[in-house]
Amino acid sequence: MQSDPVSGSISTLSREDDAAMSSEDSSSTLADCDLGLGLSLAVGDEAACSEVLRPIPKIITAENLPHRFRSSLGTSTLRRVNGIAGIKRTADTVTPNASSQVVGWPPVRAYRMNSLSNLVKSTANKEVTSKSMQNNATNSARKMDSDCYKGFNHKQGLLLKSSYVKVNMDGVAIGRKVNLTSHDCYQKLACTLEKMFNVPIGSSVITGSSIVEYASLSGETISSKLLDGSTGYILTYEDKDGDWMLVGDVPWRMFLNSVRRLRIMRTC
Amino acid sequence: MAYSFPEEVLEHVFSFLHSDRDRNAVSLVCKSWYEIDRWSRRRVFIGNCYAISPRAVIRRFPEVRSIKIKGKPHFADFNLVPDGWGGYVFPWITAMASSYPWLEEIHLKRMVVTNACLELIAKSFKNFRVLVLSTCEGFSTDGLASIAANCRNLRELDLRDSEVDDLSGHWLSHFPDSYTSLVSLNISCLGSEVSFSALERLVSRCPNLRSLSLNQAVPIDRIACLLRQAPQLIELGTGAYNAELRPDVFSSLSGAFSCLKELRSLSGFWDAVPAYIPAVYSVCSGITSLNLSYTTMQNPDLTKLVSQCPNLQQLWVLDYIEDCGLEAVAASCKDLRELRVFPSDPYEEDEFDIALTERGLVSVSEGCTNLQSVLYFCHQMSNAALISIAQNRPNLTRFRLCIIEPRSPDYLTLQPLDAGFGAIVEHCKGLRRLSLSGLLTDRVFEYIGTHAKKLEMLSVAFAGESDLGLHLVLSGCESLRKLEIRDCPFGDKALLANAEKLETMRSLWMSSCSVSFGACKLLCRRMPRLNVEVIDETSEVAESRPESFTVQKLYIYRSVAGPRLDMPDYVLSMEEESPDLIG
Repeated sequence: MQSDPVSGSISTLSREDDAAMSSEDSSSTLADCDLGLGLSLAVGDEAACSEVLRPIPKIITAENLPHRFRSSLGTSTLRRVNGIAGIKRTADTVTPNASSQVVGWPPVRAYRMNSLSNLVKSTANKEVTSKSMQNNATNSARKMDSDCYKGFNHKQGLLLKSSYVKVNMDGVAIGRKVNLTSHDCYQKLACTLEKMFNVPIGSSVITGSSIVEYASLSGETISSKLLDGSTGYILTYEDKDGDWMLVGDVPWRMFLNSVRRLRIMRTC
Repeated sequence: MAYSFPEEVLEHVFSFLHSDRDRNAVSLVCKSWYEIDRWSRRRVFIGNCYAISPRAVIRRFPEVRSIKIKGKPHFADFNLVPDGWGGYVFPWITAMASSYPWLEEIHLKRMVVTNACLELIAKSFKNFRVLVLSTCEGFSTDGLASIAANCRNLRELDLRDSEVDDLSGHWLSHFPDSYTSLVSLNISCLGSEVSFSALERLVSRCPNLRSLSLNQAVPIDRIACLLRQAPQLIELGTGAYNAELRPDVFSSLSGAFSCLKELRSLSGFWDAVPAYIPAVYSVCSGITSLNLSYTTMQNPDLTKLVSQCPNLQQLWVLDYIEDCGLEAVAASCKDLRELRVFPSDPYEEDEFDIALTERGLVSVSEGCTNLQSVLYFCHQMSNAALISIAQNRPNLTRFRLCIIEPRSPDYLTLQPLDAGFGAIVEHCKGLRRLSLSGLLTDRVFEYIGTHAKKLEMLSVAFAGESDLGLHLVLSGCESLRKLEIRDCPFGDKALLANAEKLETMRSLWMSSCSVSFGACKLLCRRMPRLNVEVIDETSEVAESRPESFTVQKLYIYRSVAGPRLDMPDYVLSMEEESPDLIG
């Protein structure tokens, strides 16, 4: 550890320890403290004092927060950060109080989040997976000395790769990360990305043959501008061989297996 | 003329000082002690890679054998730091490649490590022994292949929690047949399957292997033959622990575990099937560390397993353990020192069916008298529970509580949790690390500033009411080194009033607070040895920002190296913004 000698002025509150523990003690002492500390700049006058003295409501909601603070939880922030948190719900259900809408909260490491999203919870899945696990165990016993393979994915509904991939967009300095396994089709992914980058993205080039097939099979209509064309951006991905491919040409599961990162490219 | 010991004697005496603080103190005594310490210092810890230049470190300590460097701020773990922020280790590796030919150990945390770095390490340090990459990123398995192929004396390769571009498992086969010195291998973060035969051959020819953490891709029926090759293991991380129950696989596994007489630590168990858990029962009595935080195992199997470990000191587990499980832990694991309970479903909004509340933590605090370190995620907390925990366990040194819903009050009284956390800092006089959550007013910061004199790291989120809160912490916490704050109404006044304090700390992070652009520039002007970096992802035009503009994210750290040169577009150094700075 580096040495860090304690230096600089340190002002301490000169009060007994007991007094600090009496929670019923009025906030008037805090206000005294507020003025007596002699902060070198003016202490926010009325606003600060009134914030210290106001009664704390029983249940705090966004409405109770001081206005300037509440604005930092504005919907634009929430919409923008939704994709980064990689949560399963869409931006339609935005409510300012919900912890799930806030980026980086709860403070669980991205590495652990990925593992959690890979965990299979229901017992029904477990039976299925244990069977397929069993099959694969015998298979791998047979090819014991053969080369290893990538994209280990023998469990139904389970991916062992990290499910967060980076997304970059031409002209935007900041990359984002998106949780692929929380989407089950290209449409949903495209919607998330459009909201994440707050720009209507479209493609006049992507044919997405498998998208068309999938859409017709499932009866969905292609609603995303990302996939069906307009404003001159296309969605591409880098596959495991390092090649850049158009998103939408292969079945979704195959895409999940080979995608390493995404890029929204300008076509014009 | 004062009598003085010969240098060799002093150097020998200094060799008994292991803590950096002690060695730093020694170096301040006089010039000759400074020189002796300089030349004999073998380990260096760089808490912030931007605090000092590699050249300056090498100049002062020319004979280093082991270096540990940390890069990105802690909140990078939670996606709060955008990509490309920095933390590149390459400049350090190139500098050390020419100046530390005898370097043996590199420990990195939250740094960007490229394949070029790994190749350079593999080529430059003939006696290289230990590589620990904790929460790092930027490299692929190709880089690992270079390490495997070239580092003849490698003892330890630990990739814990790193983000590796996993191209294939081939890299493991690059360890030559003549390589036998492996002591510790942790590949648990890798997704690809490594060649099992290569792994088995590696394990069998390394008689000193003590720690092996496999990745998920190693199936359960392969573990037994690996364990039989390495009965001397002290730490084991299994792969996926999931298969249809087969008696022959079970008995083979069980037999293999019973041969591990020295096993102390178990982890892994992805997707553990309860039927296979009894295979490890034979080692439970010796187990001191158990990491079940990646397994789906639930009660009663989970509690049953943990209760079988009477010598347990460290337990990491998901909230599947529930209150009843923690009560069992409190009853059986009397030597427990560290408890971490992680949320199994962090974004769950509806009624939870996980019966983990504050009661579990209170039970453990009552039953486990050696408990020092707590990390606990839960949905509800009360002041009474916190006060109880504080009174039970004044020996706590690390207390991190995360009540998942921001600004949750005491669920019984609906009051803020100020009194509860106040009790923690008042009773736990040795507290070094604290993370707050729940509904908190400025009062809690008054308690912290008054009592938490040994506190070194504080994490605050969605708390406080005014600048007073921040001021109380900065002015009261004498030992504070790292402060990280998000979504709190703290602004310019407290920051500027405590500018000098910031130079006594390693770093300060503030995001979604109320600090203005103007205050950042002012701070930078006043404190030339602080790097004040503003992260602004919203607009691209730096010049047009008014002084009153509220910065999104702010990272301030002390440095003798001046502003860094590798900032991406969205990071602004306030040094550049204040051109009339005194040189």
